[in-house]
Amino acid sequence: MRSVSIIGVGCTKFGERWDVSLRDMIAEAGVMAIGDAEITGEQIDALYVGNMSAGRFIEQEHIGALIADCAGLSRLHVPSTRVEAACASGGLALRQAVLAVASGYSDIVIAAGVEKMTDVSTGTAADALAAAADREWECFFGATFPALYAMMAKLHMRRYGTTHAQMAQVAVKNHHHACMNPIAQYHMEITIDDVFNSPMVADPLHVLDCSPISDGAAALVLAPTEMARRFSEEPIKIVGSAQASDTLALHDRRDLTTLDATVHAGRSAFTQAGIEPRHVDVAEVHDCFTIGEILAIEDLGFVEKGQGGKATEDGMTALGSSLPINTSGGLKACGHPVGATGIKQAYEIVLQLRGKAGKRQVDEAEVGLAHNVGGSGGTALVHIFTR
Amino acid sequence: MTNQAPRFWRSIPQRYNLSGTHCTCCNEYFFPPRNLCPNCRRGAHLEDYTFKGTGSVITYTTIYTATEDFDRLTPYNLAIIQLDEGPKITGQIVSSSAGVKIGMRVRPVFRILGKEGDKGIIYYGTKFAPLLEPSCSTE
Repeated sequence: MRSVSIIGVGCTKFGERWDVSLRDMIAEAGVMAIGDAEITGEQIDALYVGNMSAGRFIEQEHIGALIADCAGLSRLHVPSTRVEAACASGGLALRQAVLAVASGYSDIVIAAGVEKMTDVSTGTAADALAAAADREWECFFGATFPALYAMMAKLHMRRYGTTHAQMAQVAVKNHHHACMNPIAQYHMEITIDDVFNSPMVADPLHVLDCSPISDGAAALVLAPTEMARRFSEEPIKIVGSAQASDTLALHDRRDLTTLDATVHAGRSAFTQAGIEPRHVDVAEVHDCFTIGEILAIEDLGFVEKGQGGKATEDGMTALGSSLPINTSGGLKACGHPVGATGIKQAYEIVLQLRGKAGKRQVDEAEVGLAHNVGGSGGTALVHIFTR
Repeated sequence: MTNQAPRFWRSIPQRYNLSGTHCTCCNEYFFPPRNLCPNCRRGAHLEDYTFKGTGSVITYTTIYTATEDFDRLTPYNLAIIQLDEGPKITGQIVSSSAGVKIGMRVRPVFRILGKEGDKGIIYYGTKFAPLLEPSCSTE
């Protein structure tokens, strides 16, 4: 297997992008990444795009061909593949691209992600997202995504004494980080009281505990590490790429306060990279709900099980502390266009490792991690990056 | 709700009567029924089993913002219940939110779960009620 590096990145502004279409966004992100890598279309061997549900959101399938077409690559007949793992579709697209390059089958490969969610009503969007859960045995009984994470939160609070204020602190911190990120959906500081006073969605989660509905796209250009310096002065190495699955329905899990898929993908990625969680300088984790970030930092081994709330309250995960989590603003405040999220996480880590993250730059960041979850934990991907 | 009549009808035994499966090789019970035992896989011997329906609340939430199909029910309680035979399932609890507690014992009740508009089919199925309290007659 060959070592793989990222030689170019691009990402659109995330948010409610009424003025642009899925086609506009994927082309914008793709052109940015290709320009950043200084490659030409003729050099691209393959495309992988993460997209959860264009069929529901814009009534468009066959996204692989669509993005090759939008990217101006149709006349070159570049193979283009859409991959789907709910909210982990972007992370999965990155992994497919890594495998294509690592295997030696392809040299220059694009990993992209896109979702256009605001062309449908909030109700339709919520129902499309609910399709990542078990439609027959969760949604049929009235389960929603916030409800599934709320049930994890409730049990975590009961077992470990985690408080809603600790969860709210995740949102407060991630909004603070997002204020320093030009592509973030929200540039708005919030307080713990703002979270408490926002409408209840599923007890104990309020609106401000939840990631928003967003539009956006992101793209990365991958190359074998041995070729990377030809294209980029600052290639970022992918030293770990792992994926794990678990039961589709939350209720079938071994433990309702652990995402075993995260645990397994994390261990595998750390083993590949030959490093330990304490060596990570900056991480993007899947905070679709505030409890999600607390579970993630526990399940990835950054803190002990049950200590995620306390670590957040103590400020350990804020910019300027020992382990800054979600410097982009995370899904919570940077936005969560589901198929794009996994690629945006890698984009943020690349900026951090290049030292180009502006006001939210982590000092001397050398090792970064991206963690992307599908559904309530049926899929997890973990990627580890180094300078 | 996206379920259409055939999709609902083919799972009526499970939805009405909590019928699942039991692997006699490893003695694990499954709801909904599994055709493959994740422990024994091809070596499994699965038989039909109808659950008693009694169990305990493992965790729960009260939903205030629902999808369009469940809007009329808000706020409603959703729980993960561990049936006495072992498997965990998701279901609604018919009780005030103040009445639901982790560890609470519950029993099954037959209720309307949804409707396909005014003229479509009505979906019936199982919800849960507190075991030691009088039955709640509303949804």
